[in-house]
Amino acid sequence: MSPRFLVPLGVFIALVVVLAVGINHSHEVGVLQSPLVGHQIPDWELPVLTDPAKTFGSRELKGQWYVLNYWGAWCYSCRVEHSTLLQAQRQARVQLIGVDWVADNPDENAAALEWLARLGNPYRQVVTDRDGRTAIDLGVAQAPESFLVNPQGVIVYKEPGIITPEIWRREFLSRLPPQATAPAASPGAS
Amino acid sequence: MRFRIVAPLAAALLLCAPLHPAWAVDPARMADPALQARYEVLIHELRCVQCENNSLADSDADIAADVRRQIRTMLIGGKSDAEIKGYLVSRYSEFILFRPEYSWRNAWLWALPVVLLLIGFCIAVRVIRQRATLVDDDDDGDVSRS
Repeated sequence: MSPRFLVPLGVFIALVVVLAVGINHSHEVGVLQSPLVGHQIPDWELPVLTDPAKTFGSRELKGQWYVLNYWGAWCYSCRVEHSTLLQAQRQARVQLIGVDWVADNPDENAAALEWLARLGNPYRQVVTDRDGRTAIDLGVAQAPESFLVNPQGVIVYKEPGIITPEIWRREFLSRLPPQATAPAASPGAS
Repeated sequence: MRFRIVAPLAAALLLCAPLHPAWAVDPARMADPALQARYEVLIHELRCVQCENNSLADSDADIAADVRRQIRTMLIGGKSDAEIKGYLVSRYSEFILFRPEYSWRNAWLWALPVVLLLIGFCIAVRVIRQRATLVDDDDDGDVSRS
């Protein structure tokens, strides 16, 4: 029995380890890790959905926790996510800011307003990203995507997909300070 | 007989070839040919962030169109290729580059194929040497038996 007998066994064990690690990480395949997490959110300022003459942006949110949620009325996954957002709004731990991503939907504004009227509006404020420039500046690749931003304007967490109730608890609520509450709707909103 | 049909068909196909760029996803052209050339290179080297295995040049996803527009804006604004790539990497991570940067962080990525090739070469040399001696033995055996 030479030790050479152990070589195939060693190779086999190494293969099992590599494959196990690969399977464990398979849910991360195709998910972009945002390099912006842990950094200041790039300044953004966008027209308000209900009143495009007005703008709203990161400046108005300095000193407050908020969740910035990219969505679109054309986006099926956003429809799936919507009930979680409504729940989150009822909890009132942190304010939700919606960005309606127009993409190439010619009727996006009307569709977004209709969506909010029919399904309920979980947002304190909804703004419109018409040309996708802010989406690129924030590293958004698809909808929905959400950022948790702290009062210093630092992105604490980014969810690169649908927020499920479990993700909301585990990734968002757990990062908020225990006493955090969403501010009452400001007079400027909607 | 058959050639008479094939030849005009082939000719027709060849005539279509110059049209090909017009069928590309991206119809936008920049006024300055130098910028257009840099633009073409950039959109082939950068990944569509939504479809991932397409380049920006190949993808008709909205976000790819938006990123292409952003690149055109930055090119016209006088940004260098490195600045444009740096901007997109700072937003979407290095994943957006089809060709990873030569950095210490990526050293293993670039070195691994060479290392594996060397290991394979060493194994091959050993096996070939062993086989060579084995074949000699067999030949000797055959000769002595016959």
